[in-house]
Amino acid sequence: MMQAATDAAAHPAHEHPQSFWRTYVFSVDHKVIGKQYMSLALLMALVGGLTAYLIRWQLAWPETPVPGFGWMPEPTMYDGVVPPEFYNALITMHGTVMIFFVAMPFLLGAFGNFLIPLMVGAPDMAFPRLNMMSFWTLFSASTLLMASFFVPGGAAAAGWTGYAPLSADAVFTGVNWGLNLWILALALEFGSFLMGGVNFLTTAINMRAPGLTLTRLPLLVWMQLTAAVLFMLSIGPLIAGALMLLFDRTLGTSFFLPQRGGDALLWQHLFWFFGHPEVYVVLLPAFGMLLEVFPVFTRKPIFGYRTIIVATIATGILSFLVWAHHMFVSGIDPRLATPFSITTILISVPFAVMVFSMVASLWGGSITFATPMLFALGFLATFVIGGVTGIFLGAAAVDIYLHGTYFVVAHFHYTLFPSVFLGGFAGLYFWYPKMFGRMLNETLGKIHFWITVVAFNGVFIPLFLAGAAGNMRRVYNPMQYDFLKHLAPIHQFATYFTIVLLIGQVPFVINFVWSMFRGEPATDNPWHANTLEWATSSPPPHGNFETVPTVYRDPYEYSPPGVSEDWLPQYTPSPLTGGAR
Amino acid sequence: MSAMSVTEGVHATSRDFARQPLGKVGVWWFLASEIMVFGGLMGSYILSRIAAGGWAAERAHVNTRLAVINTLVLLTSSLTIVEAHAAVDADQRSRVRTFLLATVLLGCMFLGIKAFEYSHEIENGLTPASGLFWSFYYTMTGLHGLHVLIGIIINFSLFVAAGGRNFSRIQHRVEYAGLYWHFVDVVWIFLFPLLYLA
Repeated sequence: MMQAATDAAAHPAHEHPQSFWRTYVFSVDHKVIGKQYMSLALLMALVGGLTAYLIRWQLAWPETPVPGFGWMPEPTMYDGVVPPEFYNALITMHGTVMIFFVAMPFLLGAFGNFLIPLMVGAPDMAFPRLNMMSFWTLFSASTLLMASFFVPGGAAAAGWTGYAPLSADAVFTGVNWGLNLWILALALEFGSFLMGGVNFLTTAINMRAPGLTLTRLPLLVWMQLTAAVLFMLSIGPLIAGALMLLFDRTLGTSFFLPQRGGDALLWQHLFWFFGHPEVYVVLLPAFGMLLEVFPVFTRKPIFGYRTIIVATIATGILSFLVWAHHMFVSGIDPRLATPFSITTILISVPFAVMVFSMVASLWGGSITFATPMLFALGFLATFVIGGVTGIFLGAAAVDIYLHGTYFVVAHFHYTLFPSVFLGGFAGLYFWYPKMFGRMLNETLGKIHFWITVVAFNGVFIPLFLAGAAGNMRRVYNPMQYDFLKHLAPIHQFATYFTIVLLIGQVPFVINFVWSMFRGEPATDNPWHANTLEWATSSPPPHGNFETVPTVYRDPYEYSPPGVSEDWLPQYTPSPLTGGAR
Repeated sequence: MSAMSVTEGVHATSRDFARQPLGKVGVWWFLASEIMVFGGLMGSYILSRIAAGGWAAERAHVNTRLAVINTLVLLTSSLTIVEAHAAVDADQRSRVRTFLLATVLLGCMFLGIKAFEYSHEIENGLTPASGLFWSFYYTMTGLHGLHVLIGIIINFSLFVAAGGRNFSRIQHRVEYAGLYWHFVDVVWIFLFPLLYLA
């Protein structure tokens, strides 16, 4: 065993020719698996985007044919008109796809897999075969979920939260197999990310390069790890809950059905005990990417590195104690509402610490507005709107008025969209050279950024207004109510911008594909960054590093005094020897 | 298979910060998430039971005597897997195999007794659809039984592997299997009083 270890250490980059299947499909290389996650996430984002388009069309011009969808067969759509049953399936699938099959695979699956081993100086994940299995489990889950569109009765239609008793008995939504498949797909998705979490944690705990202490770890790794812990410790009750829901539907158990002696609220407790930490599971990796991008394009260290770590851990702990703020109007004991209001407002303290540290990290920096930096700045600016409106909703008294309205829809889109897409694209534009060995086109990137950020605000600022005016969520046709008729222009405005937002992704797709083959070749360290992934070639060889790197310093030593260059990589022994290759 | 050799090499170097083998750290994280699965079920059970009355009457129909026997069976199997682990450390291959097989057989005995209990209850018309107590009873013991079954498969595959040429490769795995098996045992230690005694 020791002999094998020495051999592996001596020839980490040694490549054997492998078949196409082992190299690109059933690969155990974390870099390939990361790209597989990214491909799956971007493909599923297309499904999520199209469901959004159908939903928005129905809200703006209710019961009129959706352009481009006239070919859809009955009874799913009628000459391009979305019927109520399909509308319910659309909102359910939009939420499910975007959270579980876009946000998580993109931010954790793709970037966690690709970056954690590189950033800690490891040759691969701790358990490469488990890593492959977690991707293919997620792939199976996606296939099941997409298949559910085609079973009799259509896809699940009980909302992405699957509230009982609506979800607990097929008579309520008329969907039987669609919802059973939905539960199975989620169960597989949970299993996939549990395996991923085991890998993330074990890799970062055990396989760090010599000298890479916990307080020298890049913040992205800290955030990915906190997210993995949050996921692994919060998903258990929902796995149990999913099992209970499946049994209610198939075996006649009575967990969530009041008429059989069960309790419908129990589902909401189990769901949100996971559901709230899940927000941070998505958010923290996106923050991590922002924090990697900021110092590189300001050429100065992160403000408050340790403070951010402490705030991250505090957020993680508090996130387990706020779940009932999703249930203020669900019929919980009002005496419970106040403690949960307090914890909810409390969690904004560590968050504010992080956000202020980010702003302070910009202060006095020499900022370059490259595409990754634009996305990171756009992320911070839009996310703050989501954070601040969260304080409104956290206060139970205000929430009772706003809860079931489009205000909530706008609020959580303002937290999730910037994290997943603006944060995710910041990461994608930043690490694309490392992933594919070529640079993305800056002009197309900037066009992509400006359309995305403007159109996103164009969609969701109007929805805050609609919500404050009393427009309810989860209503097939709001225009059937007289008191909402005057909101039609607002909905149409939001829908126009939804179309712009979707079309705005075309430059990105062109850029992504074109640059992979024709982009300007990337150097090892094109952004002059400090962390370990830039110590190896672009793209890194099999085994990542020619020799195991040694870490000498903190991750964000930009513009250090007494050094000729304005960066000092973690793997450089002494300031006197100068910067990187 | 060069892909595997890359990380298997790291396994044996002393780069591990936690001074624990990779597999052990992975198993512990896996068990931490498993605690939350059973924790969610047990928490739901306890809260539902506090909220609703009349459970004592339903509980009276479970077979406490068989459950006591099953508890002893499972506790004994924990002893045998510890013995298997001790034999690994002492490098006694035949003892490892004997105790792994004993653990497998005790696990099968547990499932057999459990199956007898189930069939008896179903004969008396007590199915998962018979009310909230029985919903929890079948879900909790069923999920636990599934874990026992998985443990039996793992232990049996180690028993087979211990007879082969790669004895050295399974030495760590006996310990990891033991961690999992103890976890399954501990879950039962919670289920037994919750379902049969309370």
